[in-house]
Amino acid sequence: MKKIYAREEHCIGCRLCEIHCSAAHSKYPDDLVKAFKKAEVLPVPRVKVEEDIPLSFALQCRHCEEPHCLTACITGAMYRDEKTGAILNDPERCVGCWTCIVVCPYGAIFRDEGVGKVVAKCDLCLEQGEPACVANCPNAALVLKEKGGE
Amino acid sequence: MRYCIIGNSAAAVGAIEGIRLLDRENPITVISDEPYHTYSRPLISYFLAGTKEEEGMIYRPKDFYRKNNVEVLLGKKAVSLDTVAGEVVLADGQKIAYDKLLLATGGKPFIPPVKGLSAINEGIFTFIKLDDAKELQQHAGAGKTAVIIGAGLIGLKAAEGLIKLGVDVTVVDLAPHVLSSILDEKAAQLVQRHLVGKGLKFHFGVTADAITENDGKKIVALADGTEITADMVIMAVGVVPNHGLAKDSDIEINRGIVTDNHMETSIKGIYAAGDVAENYDLLAGENRVIPILPNAYQQGNTAGINMTGNEVVYPGGFAKNAIGFFGLAMTTAGLVKDKDAEEYVNAADDSYVKLLVKDHKLVGFIRINAVDRSGILTGLMIDRVDVSGMLESLLSVEPGLIVLPADTRHSRLEGGAVTWR
Repeated sequence: MKKIYAREEHCIGCRLCEIHCSAAHSKYPDDLVKAFKKAEVLPVPRVKVEEDIPLSFALQCRHCEEPHCLTACITGAMYRDEKTGAILNDPERCVGCWTCIVVCPYGAIFRDEGVGKVVAKCDLCLEQGEPACVANCPNAALVLKEKGGE
Repeated sequence: MRYCIIGNSAAAVGAIEGIRLLDRENPITVISDEPYHTYSRPLISYFLAGTKEEEGMIYRPKDFYRKNNVEVLLGKKAVSLDTVAGEVVLADGQKIAYDKLLLATGGKPFIPPVKGLSAINEGIFTFIKLDDAKELQQHAGAGKTAVIIGAGLIGLKAAEGLIKLGVDVTVVDLAPHVLSSILDEKAAQLVQRHLVGKGLKFHFGVTADAITENDGKKIVALADGTEITADMVIMAVGVVPNHGLAKDSDIEINRGIVTDNHMETSIKGIYAAGDVAENYDLLAGENRVIPILPNAYQQGNTAGINMTGNEVVYPGGFAKNAIGFFGLAMTTAGLVKDKDAEEYVNAADDSYVKLLVKDHKLVGFIRINAVDRSGILTGLMIDRVDVSGMLESLLSVEPGLIVLPADTRHSRLEGGAVTWR
């Protein structure tokens, strides 16, 4: 399956990926200004920029083949999407126990208490098509591709 | 090939999903003495507090058994095994023949010998299953009083639920502080302060010696002479492997059912997984029971794949916990104490981080009010990464991957962490 890969040599730490990720998961996915000015609660970004200049990179869920989070989820909220293979979280079933957070070796699952006590993780923007972080990275430091592919 | 699974919780579901990865055809029978569709046991505290309805507790969707071609016998108790004939005998006399069997019977409450306890018929509870929570909920309410024997995960989750229902709760434990299996004293003090602020009362370092009854009220006599009167008593001292079925057979048992790295017991074709089973603890370096849900699922899943005749190894595991009480969240993993380990602490008024490091490797952590990205530490424990140069970052309230050596970091970015398998 295609996943998002970070190219740290191209990342400048601008955090636009975080901003567009939040907006893409808000009530106004197509309008950055509305998302930030009108949404009552802004979802937490599901991508995380880490920075220690000159090094920086952005990381989100690796959609593992043997996901720790899926085996650890106490409610069954974490599941694999049958069509795409993406690992998704059902916010209706998630109770915010944070067990997935203590087992994810990437630190790619985040608490989102604003929208209800649930976790937020990368869903590859499956509903929108291209992931917002990839589409809006000014430097192509995030790419959607098969593992090892271009 | 006929598969039989006794139990219907995380290990059983893991096994069903493991079997069906590789074998869509052969019949699976699941036997459970509870009358419910598979549900999440950890959610019983949410159910008690009224934040989760029964329907919302299902661990897999309603069509799970149908989709996976599983015959499920609910409300049926397995009473004995014939390991020679390959049969499970149920309480109603029915016999279920199997070729491959999984014992996923979980844990049961450990009830310490307390004088007078067995003579009391009503108002004494345990807190492990949905039925336990239902019974407790019927008795709980504003103005009621409860004594909980045990300040571990189960006791405190019961306490939180009861407080939310308006019950006046006193917790008693022999240990000097709460959650002694996962927290050190300093961490526990932070948690206790928070819990006392929510109305909990504690008696530490003392056992309950006797329970008597007077006009429906229970009187709990502690070893230090204190007497506490309450409407209900919850026994939450601990959980032990529910291995009664194996005990009467020739399957090897230590504390739990002994399993190898395929989750197979001493009898070929019979497997065990979850809270009933004993397996390798990667950090303690010995076999033991680690009764937590993630391990139960992984062990069950491994057993399931092996039951199909394909071979896969369970490498062992270690304890990992995420838990919260009245909004105070904490994560822990691995060892709590080790005389050979160095300890590193970052304590503030409202947060606490402790790392245990042995031979330059992380072997345990406690993170209170500092749960974000704590899995990064768990991953370093699985990978046995040398953490000498990154302790400061790992001690921070929110650790990151950026401090990892370049090759490890690149492997993380590519999705190359060691998998649990």
